[in-house]
Amino acid sequence: MGFDTAYEAISEETDSGHRWAFGTGFSDPLAGVDTSVPAGVDGGDLATYCLMLGDDALIMSHRLQQWLTRAPELEEETALANIALDLLGQARLLLTRAGTADGSNRTEDDYAFFRTEREFRNVRLAEVTDADFAGLVARLLVFSTWRLALLLRLQDSADPVLAAVAEAGVKEITYHRDYAAQWTIRLGDGTDYSRQRLEAGLAAVAPLVAELFVPSAVEERLTGVAAGPADLRPEFDVVIAQVLAEARLDWPAVAGLAGVSGQAGRDGVHTEAMGYLLAELQSVARAMPGATW
Amino acid sequence: MLVRARQIAQSVPDPELPMMTLADLGILRDVAVTGTHVVVSLTPTYSGCPAIAEIRAELASQLAAAGFADVEVRTVLSPPWTSDFISPEGRRKLAAAGIAPPVSRHEKTAGPVPLTLFARGPQVHCPACGSADTVRTAAFSGTACKDLYRCRACAEPFEHVKEI
Repeated sequence: MGFDTAYEAISEETDSGHRWAFGTGFSDPLAGVDTSVPAGVDGGDLATYCLMLGDDALIMSHRLQQWLTRAPELEEETALANIALDLLGQARLLLTRAGTADGSNRTEDDYAFFRTEREFRNVRLAEVTDADFAGLVARLLVFSTWRLALLLRLQDSADPVLAAVAEAGVKEITYHRDYAAQWTIRLGDGTDYSRQRLEAGLAAVAPLVAELFVPSAVEERLTGVAAGPADLRPEFDVVIAQVLAEARLDWPAVAGLAGVSGQAGRDGVHTEAMGYLLAELQSVARAMPGATW
Repeated sequence: MLVRARQIAQSVPDPELPMMTLADLGILRDVAVTGTHVVVSLTPTYSGCPAIAEIRAELASQLAAAGFADVEVRTVLSPPWTSDFISPEGRRKLAAAGIAPPVSRHEKTAGPVPLTLFARGPQVHCPACGSADTVRTAAFSGTACKDLYRCRACAEPFEHVKEI
């Protein structure tokens, strides 16, 4: 096989345009799916709710991607990459759903790359940085335990698109939660040092937990469509207690991180870490708007 | 025309597992033909699987080459893909390629999903020697759909398609 350039070797002319690498040239993850809004459901509220769940996945995925080339072992690098990919896939579906629900037809890229920080609706847990691998394990345990409880209930959503995304997501997040739980036990019940690191990780995420269970006005209005955040707490507490008991750890007694004038992630009010994250996530798309890759 | 379109769509290979066709993988939901317009319905395996883009492009180009000018690839999200959709032929091909096929799906139960810390994993047989004395060495592998195992009998490391 002779190619003049490496670019030629990985590129291909197709009827639908020029594709230059595996996985590119794919624009609509909901192509062919019935995206009409169910009767009695407010399209604007549904779109906002999809952004909340989609932004949780997108921002958590980006933080996980930042671990690539920095993970302690190749196996963990592969694991974090795959978890990030699952979450990115969920984000793509949910952001695309948002654009169809409110009739604006904004694409996943419009939402991911061209919104400002105040327009992102993710919980603050998704955006914070991790001090070390144990910190990430603690955060992933909390995030996936909460999201699994949420998606489990969302399978019965009155919006069939949300229900379908949730049904596939449950299988994926179950696997992520098991991965985080196994590392929690290995580190917590490991050496004195690994235990200290994990305790520090739990202490760092504990202040961000209360926010996960506070219903926003949009979620309260979307009865039958959204999963009520407060309802997730008992399942979350049971699972976390099971894992911590195996790891011989206690949940740290720390106060929750207050919002600003009562506002937090779901209201678009974020921590300092969010601006830096978005700068990295959005810089290429903003420098070259309309570019495809 | 329908038979031909279906044959072509069924035989498109998966880019990550090229010995597997779309029919083997169990992601092809439907093929419908109206004149030269073909609608192919697919269910993605994992939400973020990048192979789906490649599969769409391959479907379009192979059907176009066979004279179907207008190809539409639709996504079917529900019911979601499960490893149970992999055909018996697909399982044989995986094993022949040194990848242990998925065993059987976890039965879906109502209520919270239990942690697997307290459950036994699937009984995975070594694709090289057939031994059941295998151990999982990593929860993920090169793609989202696989994890890594090692055979204690013949010492061979191998990939396994996860049960979902």
